[in-house]
Amino acid sequence: MSVLPWYALLLPLFASAIIVLLTQRARNASAYISVAAVLISFICSCIIFSRPNISAAQLTWIDVPNFLRVPIAFTLDPLSKTMLLIVTGVGTLIHVYSLGYMRDDAGKSRYFAALSFFIFSMLGIVLANNFIMMFIFWELVGVSSYLLIGHWFERDAAADAAKKAFITNRIGDFGFMLGILMVWSATGSVIFNDIAPHIARITANPTFLTICVLLIFCGAVGKSAQFPLHVWLPDAMEGPTPVSALIHAATMVAAGVYMLVRVSFLVQASPEALRVIAWIGTITAVMAALIATQQDDIKRILAYSTLSQLGYMIMAVGLASDEAAMFHLFTHAFFKALLFLGAGSVIIALHHEQNIWKMGGQGKNMFLTFVTFACGTLAIIGCPPFAGFFSKDAILALAWERDRLIFVLALFTALLTAWYMVRLLVVVFLGKGRTQTARASQESSNIILLPLVILALLALIGGLNFFARHFLVLPHENRAGALVPVLALGAMIAGAAAAIVLYRGRNEDPISIAVLRNKFYFDEIYAALISLTQGSLARLAAFIDRWLIDFVVVRGSSKATWGVGTLVRLVQVGNLQAYAFIFGLGIIWIIYFAIFR
Amino acid sequence: MLLLIVFLPIIASAALLLGAPARATALGASAITLVLSVLAFFDYDHAQAGFAYVRSFPISTDLRLNFAVGADGLSLTMILLSSVVLLAAVWFTGKVDRYENAFYACLLLIAAGAIGAFASLDLLFFYAFHELALIPTFLLIGIWGSGNRRAAAWKVTIYLALGSFVLLIGLIMLYRALPAATRTFDLRAIQAAASAGQIAPAMQSPIYLWLLAGFGTLISLVPFHTWAPEAYASAPAPAAMLHAGVLKKFGLYGLLRIALPMLPDAVRQWSNLLLVLLLANIIYIGLATTAQRRLDWMLGYSSVMHMGYIFLGIVSVNVLGATGAALLMFAHGISIALLFGITGELRKRVPTLELDALGGLARTMPIASFAFGLGAFAAIGLPGFANFAAEIMVFFGAFRNGFDFQHFHFFQWATLLALWGVVISAVYLLRAYRRIFWGTSAEPAAVPDISFGLRLPVTLLVASSLFFGFFPQTLIERVAPTFRTHLSK
Repeated sequence: MSVLPWYALLLPLFASAIIVLLTQRARNASAYISVAAVLISFICSCIIFSRPNISAAQLTWIDVPNFLRVPIAFTLDPLSKTMLLIVTGVGTLIHVYSLGYMRDDAGKSRYFAALSFFIFSMLGIVLANNFIMMFIFWELVGVSSYLLIGHWFERDAAADAAKKAFITNRIGDFGFMLGILMVWSATGSVIFNDIAPHIARITANPTFLTICVLLIFCGAVGKSAQFPLHVWLPDAMEGPTPVSALIHAATMVAAGVYMLVRVSFLVQASPEALRVIAWIGTITAVMAALIATQQDDIKRILAYSTLSQLGYMIMAVGLASDEAAMFHLFTHAFFKALLFLGAGSVIIALHHEQNIWKMGGQGKNMFLTFVTFACGTLAIIGCPPFAGFFSKDAILALAWERDRLIFVLALFTALLTAWYMVRLLVVVFLGKGRTQTARASQESSNIILLPLVILALLALIGGLNFFARHFLVLPHENRAGALVPVLALGAMIAGAAAAIVLYRGRNEDPISIAVLRNKFYFDEIYAALISLTQGSLARLAAFIDRWLIDFVVVRGSSKATWGVGTLVRLVQVGNLQAYAFIFGLGIIWIIYFAIFR
Repeated sequence: MLLLIVFLPIIASAALLLGAPARATALGASAITLVLSVLAFFDYDHAQAGFAYVRSFPISTDLRLNFAVGADGLSLTMILLSSVVLLAAVWFTGKVDRYENAFYACLLLIAAGAIGAFASLDLLFFYAFHELALIPTFLLIGIWGSGNRRAAAWKVTIYLALGSFVLLIGLIMLYRALPAATRTFDLRAIQAAASAGQIAPAMQSPIYLWLLAGFGTLISLVPFHTWAPEAYASAPAPAAMLHAGVLKKFGLYGLLRIALPMLPDAVRQWSNLLLVLLLANIIYIGLATTAQRRLDWMLGYSSVMHMGYIFLGIVSVNVLGATGAALLMFAHGISIALLFGITGELRKRVPTLELDALGGLARTMPIASFAFGLGAFAAIGLPGFANFAAEIMVFFGAFRNGFDFQHFHFFQWATLLALWGVVISAVYLLRAYRRIFWGTSAEPAAVPDISFGLRLPVTLLVASSLFFGFFPQTLIERVAPTFRTHLSK
């Protein structure tokens, strides 16, 4: 028994509570408390990681014998230990970065309280040993994401984005909870280790199993922003950039993938569900990559690329390889956090300008940011020996083996990825500054650069066997030999070269495809659908309730039988107390009637 | 101790009417009541189960009528809720522009009626205590209310009196269903008779239906609900807190105390009817809530909607669902009281509660915004708050009824729709929160935040919800024995 997992989990919560209750006014103290908590949590995680047979005490949250038992207890296996390291490690870097990025923010205390709360919630998901506990922390990351997206709540766009993120996730969680209910009804338990031995009860009914898995997958679709619930993630970029890096790129959005891997004993048992999962991932990957090629906001481009990379991970889960999914999750956490933090560095240098066409030439002015950002770009487009090359290659090889159509689409996505990332790099960092601010920009402070350098290093070595094998079970050697990596490299070079040729020295986008600029019109379609269904139903219900039931039925019948009209006239004479007295007398009469009848 | 809890608010309100210093007396009495309730709750020996703190005073031996009080885990939960909300409501009462003493006396009387009903072991007093609470409700809305207050006062009173009357018929039928020689209003004796099968199955159904209609009206079960939104919109905030938070739970408590253990077969037999009605509460009222344009109306509707979940727990007729319903009664009482409390503070500060006319208040009202946010997220069922633990238990309790691998039956579909209701709650509460507190400011002048002192009742409410959210087992182990002996495993 060790208390370390409890420390790792609870320290960020305590930090958050202390900030809310005590140090609201002392903004710098709040920040340091928060950073210290996540740092100690990271150290605890390292110790946990180094101990093979660690276990921790558990609590009982709900226990109704014969029905439901929900403990608060931890799963401490290699999978969760690696996730602990990713969450607290990347978390620590981003906390440090936030010290610089949020230095002068009026809501700094609030920001760090929410950030610490997020770390707590995310660790809860990672450590959960049962569905309900996972769902608890699943919702809590949702609310910390809500608070952080809405950090600048005075801005309408941020306020709307926060609400949209929470509600979209709730829709996914609706399915998730239903799936949990079905699994529990079938096996009598919500604890992963207790469900696994009874899995036969579910697998005996293939249709039931498929529905269960797909409903649980709904949770991942919401949290990992997969098609068709992907619409919240790009809007979530209204939050501060470190938040985008930590929550909406490296950790929280990967929680869906982690959850599917955690319950893979269920997921992998249903081939039908797997096919759906693989295709949802593929559609998301292609669609988001297409949209990313036509965005002008630096953070939105990265947001769509996150969607696309998450699509890869979900695709890998669907192609029945948890190893490949986790490998890509692992490398993606580093290079995507790096890209966002690099973008943040540019954004503050340009006084919160996010339009890439108002940047330019940042490579000269911000050399270290440029170099690290380039590392991130090379990693994401899959250039060897950067991390993304190996993890993406594993997924492509998998697709080659299992489904050639998915392989073709995945390869196409790789080409698009190279295209839009190189476009971003060229437009922002090369050439001449397009505005006065862009020309006058200066390199960011060291506290911002330090996390960038560390992450750049991780993006470089994260995929290499000697490093990654300590943390993950790496996917098998691909059997297609050199063909897949060669094709992948070819796609990457084609995409990158085309982008360089097309975008070098440009001052505006030479291509304009309306359907991509408008993100396939998802927001508009959903808005129309909601207004058509829920909106009109709501108005109808309100109308019926206010006028038909209340006015016509209730008042009509009561007038007829009870003579309310007379009563109302009496009231208008005044003297309410007298009527209260009469009312009291009536009660006494009723009691009298009750006893002596 | 229980007698003191029951009578302290009554004595205090009498003292108030005789001219005792208004706020100090009310605060003192409700604080002592709270302390005693907390002690009674944690002192209750749940291994023993059954009624504790029993005191009985004979009134008529011929009628076997006693004034008897006693409490088990279920009653103690409700008493705890009443005293928490009472203290918060008294605290939230700011400057009262007229008849200040009478205002506080009315608040104390509502709580006294509720606590008395929860502590009564005799059906007659159970009923009478609730009636006692109706009068101050009427006065509070009629005298100190806002908007169309007199019409609202009459409407709610006529409704609730009618509901009580129907309920009374049901109670009398229950009384008469017992063998003539042993007729009594004593809860424990009726329970024993019911367990011994002395209430004929043929009689169970009509009794249950009368009780359901009667209690249902008090709880605002669709279609007996139209009094609620208007009453809560017109009532002064402390009255809305106490009524929506506490007094409305009387009907649910009645169903849990009487219908479920004594008439379980009838509850099962009519479960489809109740499922339809409660789904109307959740979906139909939920949709109507999203269409509301005013904050007070929206909250009124939302409190009607959330009753549906508690009904879902009750109609499950098993220990998990019923215990979840009890926890949800507590949790909902706390969260709606917090929301109404903050809304009352808003009403004092801004010219209108129209959602579209408000905006950006979090900038100058950070504490109010934080408190409302906590209340809203509690009501949405965010984990950590008691509401989540309760909803989980209700959903799990309901879903397993008649479960099989091939098809969803009515209970499964009902749970599915109820789960969708959770999405609907999130939609309207977050939209209201975003409109009122976030976004660009609509008010030219800075709106002042709630006073420093009000942080205390807010903390009290939030802390009690968080306590049972983190440690629902403390409540489960006290409440579950009440149902375990009577309901199927």
